[in-house]
Amino acid sequence: VAARVARLREEEAKRVAAESGMAGAMEAKAEMAPEAAKPPTAQAPTPPAQTVPQQIFFAEAKAHFDAAITAEIGFVERLVWFWSNHFCVNADDTVMAGGYEREAIRPHVLGHFVDLLQAAEGHPAMLLYLTNTLSMGPNSVAGINRTRGLNENLAREILELHTLGVRTGYTQDDVTSFAKVITGWTILPTDSNPDHGGEFLFHRRLHEPGPQTVIGKSYRDTGVEQGRAVLADLARHPATATHIAVKLARHFVADDPPPALVALLTQRFNETEGDLWEVSKALVTAPESWSEERVKIKRPSEWNVALLRAARFAGDIRAIVPGLNRLGEPLWRPPSPRGFPDDNAAWLDGLSHRLDIANNFAQRNGDRLDAAAMLETALGPLASKETRRAVARAETKPQALTLMLMAPEFQWR
Amino acid sequence: MIMPDALPASTLRAETRRAATPHAATRRELLLGSGALFAWAHVPRIARAEGRDPRFLAIVLRGALDGLAAVAPVGDPDWIKLRGDNGLKLDGDTKALPLDGFFALNPAMPNLYRLYKAGQATIVHAAATPYRERSHFDGQDVLESGLAGVGRADSGWLNRALVALEPGGRVDPRGRRTFAVGPITPLVVRGPAPVLSWVPPRGTPVSDETTMRLLDLYRHTDPTLAQVLEDRVGLAALARAGGIERKPEDQGPVVQVGGIEQVRAYFAEASGAAAKFLASADGPRVGALALDGWDTHVNEGAVKGRLAALLGALDGALAAIEKGMGPAWSETVVVLVTEFGRTARVNGTEGTDHGTATVALLAGGALKGGRVVADWPGVKEADLHEKRDLKATTDLRAVLKRLLKDHLRLDDAVLAADIFPDSAAVRPMGGLVG
Repeated sequence: VAARVARLREEEAKRVAAESGMAGAMEAKAEMAPEAAKPPTAQAPTPPAQTVPQQIFFAEAKAHFDAAITAEIGFVERLVWFWSNHFCVNADDTVMAGGYEREAIRPHVLGHFVDLLQAAEGHPAMLLYLTNTLSMGPNSVAGINRTRGLNENLAREILELHTLGVRTGYTQDDVTSFAKVITGWTILPTDSNPDHGGEFLFHRRLHEPGPQTVIGKSYRDTGVEQGRAVLADLARHPATATHIAVKLARHFVADDPPPALVALLTQRFNETEGDLWEVSKALVTAPESWSEERVKIKRPSEWNVALLRAARFAGDIRAIVPGLNRLGEPLWRPPSPRGFPDDNAAWLDGLSHRLDIANNFAQRNGDRLDAAAMLETALGPLASKETRRAVARAETKPQALTLMLMAPEFQWR
Repeated sequence: MIMPDALPASTLRAETRRAATPHAATRRELLLGSGALFAWAHVPRIARAEGRDPRFLAIVLRGALDGLAAVAPVGDPDWIKLRGDNGLKLDGDTKALPLDGFFALNPAMPNLYRLYKAGQATIVHAAATPYRERSHFDGQDVLESGLAGVGRADSGWLNRALVALEPGGRVDPRGRRTFAVGPITPLVVRGPAPVLSWVPPRGTPVSDETTMRLLDLYRHTDPTLAQVLEDRVGLAALARAGGIERKPEDQGPVVQVGGIEQVRAYFAEASGAAAKFLASADGPRVGALALDGWDTHVNEGAVKGRLAALLGALDGALAAIEKGMGPAWSETVVVLVTEFGRTARVNGTEGTDHGTATVALLAGGALKGGRVVADWPGVKEADLHEKRDLKATTDLRAVLKRLLKDHLRLDDAVLAADIFPDSAAVRPMGGLVG
C-alpha cells in the first residue's frame, strides 16, 4: 500500500503541477478539467473491485474506526475526531484525507496548538483542499510570467475557522496580505523528485516577495518562515484561545457551554501557550464535564462506535462508511470547511435514519446478540426502567435489539 | 455492521403481516392522529379563504453562487473587459441564452430559459442580503435567519413565516410543520414551527410495530425524541400514499459525494421529492432544501467547466420540481438564493473569491415572470463594491418579503418585525406574483 500511496501522491502532484503551470514539462495538462484529473474516491457501498484510491480510503477509514472501537478509554480518540473536524479537509479533493488526520492531527492533539496548526496548514491535503497549491503572488516570478495569481481561500479560513474566529477584528486587507504570505506553500511535483512527490514544498518562484502586514504587524519576507511566523502569532492570539475554548466546551459539554468552563479553558490555553495536554486536562477535570444531565446527542459516528462497542463487534468498514453517508456525516467529507455542525438541532432530525440503520443491524444480528445484556454493559445504571421493560417485552430478538440501540439513553452523551 | 444487504422479500412480507399486539390500539390512534396533523393547517388560512392553496419552496445554494456566471450582463460594454473568455457571450461556440437584450442566461439552464419564456421565471440581479463581510457561514446565517446582520441565529425566516400565518392559535401548533429534505435541516426552516425532515428511505423498512414501541418508550421518557419520531411516522405514511418510497435494494449514498453525475442525481432527487411532498393533498405547503457546491475558487468553468455542469444540475432540479408538483405547479413559487456573490473579476486561479451581490432565481407557475429585475450598478472598477465585487442595488429581503406577502398573504407589519426583523425600511419589491 505504501508504494501505491506514493504513486497516488505522484499523480496528485502532477495534477497540481499541471494546473499551476509550475513545471514546463507539464504544460500540456494545464487545460485538463479538474474532474477528469481528480482521482476517484470511494463511494459505492459494495463495488465489485475497489480502485486504488478506494483501497486507500477504506484502509485509512478502518484504522480511524478501529482506534475508536478498540480504545480502552475513548477520550483521546474523541480529541482526534474533534481536531480533525476543526481542521477538516475533504476526501473528494484529496486521496490523502485519512493520511492527513494520521500525520497532521493525531500526533498533536495532546501537544501544543501551534504545532497542530503548523502541521495542519502545511499539510499537502490542506493545501489542496483550500486550493493554496494554485495560488501565486502577483509579483512573484511565476506570477509575473503567467496569468494566474492570488487565491485567498486558505488564508481566510485559517483566520475565520482555524484560529481567531469570525468577526474578531481582521479585515479583507489582512486576508489578502496573509494570502500573499503563504503563496509558495504548495506540494512537490514528481517529475523532478519521484521519491518525494506530493510532499510539502515551499516554492520560491510562486511566493509574493516583500514584507506583508497582517493584523497590524509587519512580517519580513523570510520565505516559508514568513507564513510560519504569522501562524505562530495567530496561535497565541487571545481570540484563538477563546475560539478554541468555546468549540471544545460546545463539543464536549453543551451547545450553550457554561461561561465558567469557557473562561477556565481560555485561561488555561493562554497561560500554557496553547498546551493542549493542559487544556484537555482542564476540560476533563472541570465539574461541568461531569454533570449528570446528558445534553449532547451523539453524532452519527459516535453512536455508530457506541453500537459496535456495545455489541463487541469489530465493525465492517464497508458497512460503516455508507451508513454514515446516509446519516449525514460522511467520513472526511464535511459539507464545508467549517466541518460538521456541533449542535443538537443539526443531528436530531437524523434520528429516524438511525432507526433504519439500527433496524437493519438488528435484522442481521438480533438472533445472536442479547439486547438485555448489552443494555447492562453499555448503560448499566443509566438505563431507565421503561427502557429495560421495552427491551424485555419485545416481540422478537431483533426488535429488542432495535429498541436497545434506539433507547433515549443510548442517543445522548 | 451498518447497512447490511437487503433482506429477502419473504422476510419483509412476514414483517408486515405480523399479527396485531396489545400495542395496536396505540398505533391506530397515532396513525390517525398523525394523518390529521398533515390534513390541516399547512394551507395558509387567508389564502385558503380565497380558494388558493399556495406552495413555497426555498432552495439555499450554499457556497456563494457567481451570479455573473449564471446570468451575465452581455449588453454591458464593460462585460467582456471584465471576464474575457471566462464570461458568457451571445456569440462564440457556447452561446448564452438572451433574456432581454441586456442579460443572458447560462446555456446550461435550458429549463429555466423555457420557464422564463413562459412567464414562469424571474431573475433578480445585483441583489444581496444586508451582510457585507465575506464569511460563508455568517453569510448563510444572515440569509437563512432573515436577521438584519450577524447575530444569534436560531430560527429561519421561513419557519417564522409559517408561525405567523395562523395568528390567534386556532390551530394546534403541533400540526404545523415546515418541510426539509436531507439529514441536516437548513436553518431557514428551523424554528418554533416543527420541521418534518425526509431523506429517501433505503434499506429494509422498519416495521410499524417496532416504530410504535419505540415511540411509546420515547413518549414516556424523552419528549424531544418523541417529537422527532412522530414526524417520521407521519411522513412515512405520506410518502407511501404519494408513491415516493424507494425500493429496498436501492442503497446508493444519499448525501452528495463525488462526481457531477451523483450531484445531478442528488439535486434532482432531493428537489423532486420535496415537490411531491408539497404537492400532495395532505402534505406540508412550505419547505426548504440546501444544494451545496458553489464555492468556485479555482477553475470555475462558467462557460463549459464545473460551474456550467453544476448549473445544469440545478436546471435539472427545477425540471424535477415542476414535474413533481404536477398541477400544483400553477400555485408554486420556488426561490433559489445564495449567501453572497463572488468577485467580479476572475482571480489568480481561474476562479472567483467571495464577493457581494449576485442573482436570485425565482420559478413557479404562480409568478408573473419573464423579466430580469435589476437596478444595474455596472461593472467598471469604480462601480464595483470595494473595487472588487458586483455592487448590491437590491436588498434580497425586498424580494422575499413581497413573495411572502403576495403568495402566502403575510402582512407588512409582521414581515418587517418578525420575519425580517428591522426591515421596515426595505420596501417589498412590486409585481412579482401574478
